[in-house]
Amino acid sequence: MQKIILPLAAAVAVGVAPAVRAHAFLDHASPAVGSSVPTAPAVVTLWFTQDLEPAFSSVTVTNEAGQRVDLGNAQIPQGSPAELQIGLKPLRRGTYLVSWHVVSVDTHPTEGTFTFEVGSG
Amino acid sequence: MNPNRLGAAAAAAVVLLSMNSAALAHGFAGERFFPATILTDDPFVADEISLPQVSLQPPARDASQLTNIEIDLSKRITPNLGFIIGDEWQRLRSPGFTSVGGLGPLRTGAQYQLFIDGPHQALGLLGLNVTWGHTGRAAVGAPDFTTLSPTFDFGKGFGDIPRSLTFLRPFAVTGNLGFDFPTQATTAGVPNPNNFNYGFAFEYSFPYIQCCVKDIGLRPPFSQLIPLVEVAFTTPVSRAPANQTTGTIQPGIIWAGQYFQIGAEAIIPANRGTGHGYGGVIQLHFYLDDIFPRSIGRPISEWW
Repeated sequence: MQKIILPLAAAVAVGVAPAVRAHAFLDHASPAVGSSVPTAPAVVTLWFTQDLEPAFSSVTVTNEAGQRVDLGNAQIPQGSPAELQIGLKPLRRGTYLVSWHVVSVDTHPTEGTFTFEVGSG
Repeated sequence: MNPNRLGAAAAAAVVLLSMNSAALAHGFAGERFFPATILTDDPFVADEISLPQVSLQPPARDASQLTNIEIDLSKRITPNLGFIIGDEWQRLRSPGFTSVGGLGPLRTGAQYQLFIDGPHQALGLLGLNVTWGHTGRAAVGAPDFTTLSPTFDFGKGFGDIPRSLTFLRPFAVTGNLGFDFPTQATTAGVPNPNNFNYGFAFEYSFPYIQCCVKDIGLRPPFSQLIPLVEVAFTTPVSRAPANQTTGTIQPGIIWAGQYFQIGAEAIIPANRGTGHGYGGVIQLHFYLDDIFPRSIGRPISEWW
């Protein structure tokens, strides 16, 4: 059994993995997930574990009243296919909700939400 | 239409058509990822394979001890319909006897994804599992009768509770409720009872903390860990004396990567009827839908 398992595990970990794609998980974000920042950011940036499909990847930012405070210009920067950015209107003190929905280049969709706070921290 | 736009539209259509099935693959409900658990059944249809799962069971009441090497495959037929198939090689050691080895019974199952509620991180699945008689070696305990086991499997993440309850939101629970109906009432004069089976997995997801609650600075591999406790019990409900519930409690941890996960759990008997001492289990589990996203990782209905 060991003769089968170890090569398969090694193949996935070393050989196969770089050649295929999978679900895109959020690796980290700026502002960071659940963070408090003293000044309002101009942009929210999300970094994922996989390259994204631009046509089906989006992010929105809303305030506590549920109103959009982003500029609606979500984009995947040239040369950074695993990154998603969106510009923000000037933000007041408060808590903001980031909602993202992305599709990795092999069509696996994932989604998530998190908050950040402006005016403290 | 200009050729570039036509090409882009065609590519978009392909992606859109593909997304339907991909959305149901793996253990996702909204932003919640449910790993494949070891003891209890998963509440989602999937394209995954456990290769292998190796366990050393705690010594039984008669001090015999079982070692299992198990393989389980889950495969989607359509986005909501799947099947499972599994078998195991077992080695039974009993004090005073020569140890014996052989295949356990063949297990198959049909599964239907009843619902996935993304906003509430909830999912449910109906299944009919079959343990086939005469497909394993009797000396290691394989039955000479077939057992039908309808099940309801469910999962619920707590990410939808108020965000102020920050560190409760990574909790999730999955569970199974089901019955065993043997197709033969007795074997050599010994009754084969109908059983009520119930099991739960209580999970605390570090990936969920990092993605959706608070970045506490965890980075791989620690950000991919999911500590959990699984429990599973079997209670005879007919053709057996009362108070013969058996079960195990299995604390452990799962590391979930992009293409596979590794899990390890201790096996603790829940009562004297189950056994004594401790055992353990490890599992290597591959996500076929991520490794082969354009071929065998897709539902069979989408292979052509």
